[in-house]
Amino acid sequence: MGHVTGEQAKAATEAVLPPSRTASFLDSDLWYSFTRSPLAVVSAMVVAVLVLAALFAPLIAPHNPFDPAQISILDSFLPPAWMEGGDPRFLLGTDDQGRDVLSTILFGMRISLAVGFASVVFAMVLGITLGLMAGYLRGWVDTAIMRIADVQLTFPAILIALLVNGVARAWAGPQSYDKAVFFVLVLSIGLSFWVQYGRTVRGSVLVEANKEYVLAARLIGLSSRTIMVKHVLPNVLGPVLVIATINLALAIITEATLSFLGVGVPPTQPSLGTLIRIGNDFLFSGEWWITIFPGITLAVLALSVNLLGDWLRDALNPKLR
Amino acid sequence: MIAFAIKRFVQALGVMLVVALISFLMFRFVGDPVNQLVGVDTSPEDRAALREALGLNDPVLLQFGRFILKAAQFDFGISYQFKQPVASLIASRLPATLELSLVSAFFALAVGIPMGVYTGLYRNTWLARAFLAVSLSGVSLPTFLIGILLIFLVSVNLGWLPSFGRGAVVDLGGVWTTGLLTKSGLLSLILPAITLGLFQMTLIMRLVRGEMLEVLRTDYIKFARARGLSRRAINFGHALKNTLVPVITITGLQLGSIIAFAIITETVFQWPGMGLLFLQAVQNVDIPIMAAYLLLIAFLFVLINFIVDLLYVAVDPRIRLDVRSAG
Repeated sequence: MGHVTGEQAKAATEAVLPPSRTASFLDSDLWYSFTRSPLAVVSAMVVAVLVLAALFAPLIAPHNPFDPAQISILDSFLPPAWMEGGDPRFLLGTDDQGRDVLSTILFGMRISLAVGFASVVFAMVLGITLGLMAGYLRGWVDTAIMRIADVQLTFPAILIALLVNGVARAWAGPQSYDKAVFFVLVLSIGLSFWVQYGRTVRGSVLVEANKEYVLAARLIGLSSRTIMVKHVLPNVLGPVLVIATINLALAIITEATLSFLGVGVPPTQPSLGTLIRIGNDFLFSGEWWITIFPGITLAVLALSVNLLGDWLRDALNPKLR
Repeated sequence: MIAFAIKRFVQALGVMLVVALISFLMFRFVGDPVNQLVGVDTSPEDRAALREALGLNDPVLLQFGRFILKAAQFDFGISYQFKQPVASLIASRLPATLELSLVSAFFALAVGIPMGVYTGLYRNTWLARAFLAVSLSGVSLPTFLIGILLIFLVSVNLGWLPSFGRGAVVDLGGVWTTGLLTKSGLLSLILPAITLGLFQMTLIMRLVRGEMLEVLRTDYIKFARARGLSRRAINFGHALKNTLVPVITITGLQLGSIIAFAIITETVFQWPGMGLLFLQAVQNVDIPIMAAYLLLIAFLFVLINFIVDLLYVAVDPRIRLDVRSAG
């Protein structure tokens, strides 16, 4: 561990990537602050359990809700196992098609998480690229990108996502839309979230660009692209990671909202939002479990990712508290 | 002040122009407007005639100019799915959305500010902590889920309030319909308004709380205490007044978000407003409605931003000084 403690503290507070070696990570302020925050530990555990459950859904789900051979319409509308009329085979009951609610939740979470992660990554890549260009190249590139960002920032993300979705739907046509739905969702959510990354990166780049190491890199004749990607980028990534965590919860919620509104994932491959939409039709006839259980799962998932993001922001950036 | 207003006005015009361009490009190039308007059995000659009549063969720049001129007169063309003018469709839905949005904003302010003051003054009581916990879930839970949970608890289980529609509405001179004058209309409004306003309520609560904590630390509050003023006069006359500038801004800016987020609430509660119309347009690729809705929302946003900017200057003289010295 040849590091000086002051450097480590700086590394942690300035929100750079966690040190590469496990040992120095366990010794860092970040880990210390994590272990001292019960809320963060609990929410991290909840997130881990949910992500693992989603990842291994085919292994742990009691039924395969997408295999027509395994579902029977005779099993439809069964209440949860502990209620009267419940069937021990279906712990959380069944939906209108006789699918096991627990299994559809596990598989639905997979899609929700996949779309969430993919859109955050897409938004991040887009935002970082545009932010780097704006901040480093300046001039008309900067003006153009930032004006677009300003205009877009005037509107709520969900509206942008809906518009992109509508346009993509028109372009793809109804047949190919169902196949492309994953990409359409990632595109619409990603496009509505890039501004935050773009602005943050640009701001940090403006500060970094005048530092000596950048001047030195320019002096030895490196190209703008090399300087941007290899030298400036690693130094502006910290805040980006914080935004990404908080945005993950937002992205999951946005996907669920789009699916709930009926412009997201189709019912044949339901995400959590689609499940809630399906179940919503049966809320009044008394089959509350079809919508409430996916709803609770979504709430717990979004809440714990949010809490984790809040903690990360506070831990990496004590000034903001 | 006037220079500031003009500068902001020009900026607002710029934003509107960009949005108009986006709407126009959507309207013109996403899908073929002619194909959407005619049936499958229309002959190519008829199609060409319609294309010429709609002016789709003119230069694009000319078409854009015409689009803006028409939009300024609230002419957004014919809806693909309803075969009716978009403007009249939107006009018939506008009252429902605006009523819902304004009531939600009022709810957010009327509940959010007192809660914020309370949590700011008594930050360590259990009630304040409970308020904060509630506000956290208000920020984290998606709007549609809150709506569904409210329907489940209040409408399905308790049977207290209706869960869909606007109830009975009163027609005011053919231009405006209101649900505020009938009992069923008011009852129907409660759940959607809470659902829509909850996020803004928590936002305002946290904002007021934060500002109160800041202000209560300042010297003039200490001085007011030393003068022996009543707690009430200090807390509300001095402290709260000084927290209101950011509250005005945020509420104003959030009003636009409320109108946009009404899309979700209107879907959950089957509220016959603009949001529901827009959502159906997205689902059915009804581009004229989408373009018109985008323009209308953009206009509302820009208008609200403009007013808030001016209000801000009117309320806080320091900003005025900044602008004068800057330009």
